[in-house]
Amino acid sequence: MSEMKTSINIDPYERNWIIISVSLAVVFGIIIAVAGFAYGIQVPTPEQRVDPRTVSTEGPWADPGLRELAPGKYEAYIMAQVWSFLPREMTVPVGSEVTFYITSKDVQHGFKLQDTNLNVQVVPGQVSKLTITFDKPGDYHYICTEYCGAAHAAMFGTLHVEE
Amino acid sequence: MSTSNYEVSKADKKFIGLHLLFATGSLFVGILFGPLQALEHSGLDLYPYLKPIFQSYYQGLTIHGVLNALVWTTFFITGFLTLTVVYGLKRDLRYPKLNRVGFWVMVVGLVTTAVPILLDEASVLYTFYPPLKANWAFYAGLTLVVVGSWIEGYGFYFTYAAWRKENPGVRSPLMALMSVITMGMWQIATLGVAVEILTMLLPWSLGLIEGTDPQLARTYFWFTGHPLVYFWLLPAYISWYAMLPKQVGGKLFSDSLARLAFWLFFLLSVPLGFHHQFVDPGVPAGWKFLHAMLTYSVFIPSMLTAFTVIASLERAAKRTHGGKGLLGWIRVLPWDDPSVSAQLLAGILFFFGGIGGLTNASYNVNLVLHNTSWVPGHFHLTVASAVTMSFWGISYWLIPYVTGKKLKHKRLATWANWVWFVGMIIFSNAMHVVGLLGAPRRTPLGLAPYIPEEWSGHLLRVGIGGTIMFVGAIFYFIVVARTAWAKKYEPADVEIPVAESVHDPQQTPAWLDKWVPWIIATFALIIIAYGPQLVDQIANMSLNSPGGKYW
Repeated sequence: MSEMKTSINIDPYERNWIIISVSLAVVFGIIIAVAGFAYGIQVPTPEQRVDPRTVSTEGPWADPGLRELAPGKYEAYIMAQVWSFLPREMTVPVGSEVTFYITSKDVQHGFKLQDTNLNVQVVPGQVSKLTITFDKPGDYHYICTEYCGAAHAAMFGTLHVEE
Repeated sequence: MSTSNYEVSKADKKFIGLHLLFATGSLFVGILFGPLQALEHSGLDLYPYLKPIFQSYYQGLTIHGVLNALVWTTFFITGFLTLTVVYGLKRDLRYPKLNRVGFWVMVVGLVTTAVPILLDEASVLYTFYPPLKANWAFYAGLTLVVVGSWIEGYGFYFTYAAWRKENPGVRSPLMALMSVITMGMWQIATLGVAVEILTMLLPWSLGLIEGTDPQLARTYFWFTGHPLVYFWLLPAYISWYAMLPKQVGGKLFSDSLARLAFWLFFLLSVPLGFHHQFVDPGVPAGWKFLHAMLTYSVFIPSMLTAFTVIASLERAAKRTHGGKGLLGWIRVLPWDDPSVSAQLLAGILFFFGGIGGLTNASYNVNLVLHNTSWVPGHFHLTVASAVTMSFWGISYWLIPYVTGKKLKHKRLATWANWVWFVGMIIFSNAMHVVGLLGAPRRTPLGLAPYIPEEWSGHLLRVGIGGTIMFVGAIFYFIVVARTAWAKKYEPADVEIPVAESVHDPQQTPAWLDKWVPWIIATFALIIIAYGPQLVDQIANMSLNSPGGKYW
């Protein structure tokens, strides 16, 4: 092979475009990192493994619902199953900080608490954990966002945040 | 190199035509279900009238997703890439029988998958997340479709290798190189879903093992799931880079950057699948963040593509058609050629698809839109617009080329493009908006008890947009069916559009024509980005999720 001059021919406009593109990607990355690590807008991370065959009969999900840890501080154990969430309704006072522990005993589900940043995949054998503080009173629906069979569309519950 | 009037053999034309027949047939059946979904969102549920043939919204959605996203794409792509390999190299397939075997394995796979779907034994949607359990034939059939596409890919490799041997020191022709890169990426990417099906889903559906590990299955699936979208997109890019400039009367602006972009897609397409699993409980946040950043890195070859393609178009518009101004040149492009207008409109919609894609990939922003109707709104701009409309554009010359019959109803083809485009803007915008408001995806919202009044206007637009799209699709099917099955034989004088490069391709650097370093780098990056998590998830695998048929 005869060695001739081989180089990438980059037009000046194109070079600038590449610089802008790379910078944009870096800026986006920084913004996401700041939101995630400085402001704590975080995604779920492994919490614990459970056995989906027994999780509804032993352990905290045998009796799903709210546990008050301290005034204004709660844990919510939620069982997703075809085609309902247990419990179907919960009530907490405004200003409460609630940590959700959600699992499934059958197939995959989704858990999305409307008008909040709480939105997780619910996977049998895993526990989806996220913490959220309720500053505004109102009725928040939690809906199933993953196809889980015939009556998937009917699967939801309600969290009442009271004054 | 000198055989510039190389002609694809009659047998290969027929072979490519068979791909198009299966592809278009699948698209036709898949699209029939589109308006059913869209109208359901608007409050007009037609599914009850389809019983006893089709049982549910979900069966329809499974047919829609599998046929449109998996079958239409794979059959069209393998057919189109056969052409771009052969015509790019100006050389016949090295082992034509091997490619035939691959194709018929795909057909057997398609039929094997279709039977359980049509019997409502596999209404698990096209992501088939366990432990929703489909009939084993569904998984076996999908495996055969993938394996068939691999075999066709091997046929491309042998052909390309033979060409390299015959042409030492010559730079690979762009069109052929891009095609082989696309196939290579696909074969690496599909390892994930192959392992998922062969080690977990198939034995489980056959009753050999009791349960699944749904989290590990998701990780396997998304190893394949995101590069899958590049497998759809890259063939459209082949047309945008290597053909469209010629169709608008110009040249490719930068050959070497086109090659670089494809190599970057080869390198970066696979190690970013966790960005589909940001809200999965079983994947550590740190790995999710790493994959978010890697996803941003694919933004770079995408931006390279945007620049080179638009620069090629602008150059052609200004030099060939006398276009002027910052944006005024767009008007003078040959919009009356339906093949061109399909691809230009595809590119416009893809601009918005790209923005949405960056949003999806944004680690924590994803919390707002994960599993909402924003997501199907997004991928209808990518696979159903950028990809599907580009394939329509290609088919307007490819069908005449392989059948030898002139394209019929050119004006109707132009209408098909525009009607689909307008319908898509309405449909996908409504899907994005209502998704941001909280509407879940894959859900017959007409049956959901939690729908607030404020969504109804947007849901109505979903139905209107979907119906308009359907009209555009029908126009398309009329055009291609009337062309392919024309009684009167009007010989088509079709030339395959191959864009020349502004610069001599022989002067592109040698490292853009070497496979080994790119393959090593790709595997190294996959091992870094996936290795530790895969080892961890496999070591801790618990096949204790029996699941079942819940539809």
